[in-house]
Amino acid sequence: MKEITYREALREALREEMLRDENVFIAGEDVGIYGGAYAVTKGLYEEFGEERVKDTPISEAAIVGLGTGAALIGLRPVIEIMYIDFTTLAMDQIVNQAAKFHYMSGGNVKVPWVLRTQGGAGRSGAAQHSQSLESWFVHIPGLKVIAPSTPYDAKGLLKSAIRDDNPVIFVEHKMLYNKKGPVPEEEYTIPIGKGIIVKEGKDVTLVSYSKEIDEAMKAAYELQKEGIDVEVIDPRTLKPMDFELIFESVKKTSHLVIAEEDHYTLGVGAEISAKVSEEVIEYLDGPIIRVAALDVPIPAARKLEKRVIPDATRIMDGIRRSLE
Amino acid sequence: MEEISKEEALKLLYNMKLIRAFEEKAGELYAEGKISGFLHLSVGEEAVPVGAISVMGPNDYLTSTHRGHGELIARGGDIKRMMAELFGKKTGYCKGKGGSMHITDIKIGHLGANGIVGGGIPIATGAGAGIKIKKTDQAVLCFFGDGAVNTGAFHESLNLAGLWKLPVVYICENNFYAMSVSLYRSHAVKEIYKRAAAYNMPGVLVDGMNVEDVREKVKEALERARRGEGPTLIEAQTYRYYGHSRTDPSNYRTKEEEDQWKKRDPINTYIKKLKEKGYLTEEDVEKMDKEIEKILEDAVKFAEESPEPEIESIYEDVYA
Repeated sequence: MKEITYREALREALREEMLRDENVFIAGEDVGIYGGAYAVTKGLYEEFGEERVKDTPISEAAIVGLGTGAALIGLRPVIEIMYIDFTTLAMDQIVNQAAKFHYMSGGNVKVPWVLRTQGGAGRSGAAQHSQSLESWFVHIPGLKVIAPSTPYDAKGLLKSAIRDDNPVIFVEHKMLYNKKGPVPEEEYTIPIGKGIIVKEGKDVTLVSYSKEIDEAMKAAYELQKEGIDVEVIDPRTLKPMDFELIFESVKKTSHLVIAEEDHYTLGVGAEISAKVSEEVIEYLDGPIIRVAALDVPIPAARKLEKRVIPDATRIMDGIRRSLE
Repeated sequence: MEEISKEEALKLLYNMKLIRAFEEKAGELYAEGKISGFLHLSVGEEAVPVGAISVMGPNDYLTSTHRGHGELIARGGDIKRMMAELFGKKTGYCKGKGGSMHITDIKIGHLGANGIVGGGIPIATGAGAGIKIKKTDQAVLCFFGDGAVNTGAFHESLNLAGLWKLPVVYICENNFYAMSVSLYRSHAVKEIYKRAAAYNMPGVLVDGMNVEDVREKVKEALERARRGEGPTLIEAQTYRYYGHSRTDPSNYRTKEEEDQWKKRDPINTYIKKLKEKGYLTEEDVEKMDKEIEKILEDAVKFAEESPEPEIESIYEDVYA
């Protein structure tokens, strides 16, 4: 296995899929000559030309519509919305159009696009460039939502997303692009909807995803020193969520904590919590604890931003509460 | 103007009549409570879809609107499946899940009616971009109303199409009212076709009550698109005889205005023209009406006798 960054892994996935299928193309703001705001598509314009790596105007609704229209006639667009915060400008095209087209038409058409975007805090980007809005899309039937935390998952899941026949919201994290990790030399894909146990443990189940996994792992290793054995699960796909994996873990540990970077109220963790309560509550020996971003707009100042997003310390507190 | 053959002219008349009869029938059935949901009738506007779609190539695409029965019928949509969809039946185009505003038929290049004003414009533009990537000689007709012109989706899409020279013909079915608000109370620039200047494409004003005028101008625009010269914005001025939907009292416009437009009715004026040319007799018209009546009777019968969708079908087609 080679060691590459999350950014390089994503680029490899895009490049391999473009070589594999001539119907795959990329479109979005600054994805071409500039190489992407976070440099994910760097070099692809030079390799594939402007027909397949399209710089667009700042027109988010048109970018998503471009994906949908092209997908309807047989192409496999990978559209990029530079910040997940900017999906607000394209919500009709995502939620009312692409997500529902297959169903509304009685299966007459399908919309196989991938919308790559990135979210999360960590750069003092303030309230319009730091959000984690993935739960909005999880809420919508017809969409799939993926949020990978490692280079390995990023590559394997992006390839699967491009081959999937549905609209897929692929949420990257701006603070993960330089994260390195092992990626096989040979071709591979990861099935959408399958989570993994990142660390096995027997005392408490900790579900987390995207960059927050790194804080979750820190918390788990710290607590190991106190003799608390944490099982860390990364669902990787947020919709469809691998609930079976979570249920099995909860049955074993009887405790559940969810660590997430999106807002506390009605976030991804709220859904996991509700689902576990409905399905396996009899196995629980303590309250389900959600450790999430505070319910405030993300502030710019480093000190404030750091306080809003849950770190390992807050996760450890959450775990202790669940075990009390 | 290009001379239209007798056969072609009669086909134009037939399609306009079929649309009107479908709409009138749907209106009746709605009043009887047999059709539920939203129903936006295009009576009065028939010349626009019929004229435009008559010059589409077999492999071309179109996107339509909430007032979209006309485009589907003009493109040769299945009347029985349309009616069944309005009835919410399993045999409908969308298996009863879409209703009037979401009928889609990819086999004939119909990329969907749309429940969102302006929602289809970015999609048509995307199909145009897809055609360019595939390097075929196809084109897209994008239908929308005067209300849609004020959405951001219109602006974003036409800018992109003008910039990339996409093979899309944007056809504004300007019936002068966005639900109740008239164009004169909602558009800073009253001449919609003039907006084309902002997008580096030709803007063409068309008499939307004259099927041959629509046909001629759309034909030119399609030829331009196929030559790689890019999109055109066509404003076809027309009028909807009924309200926005079946619950609209039309209290925002006058009887006099309605009567003025009805004098220019696209079907009656065309019948008169074809009679003068010797293409048509009154008997021919009656025969045509009978034929259409039969088609609609059969469609209603098919819809009424069709089964409701099974409850189990609720979960089908959420994902492909």
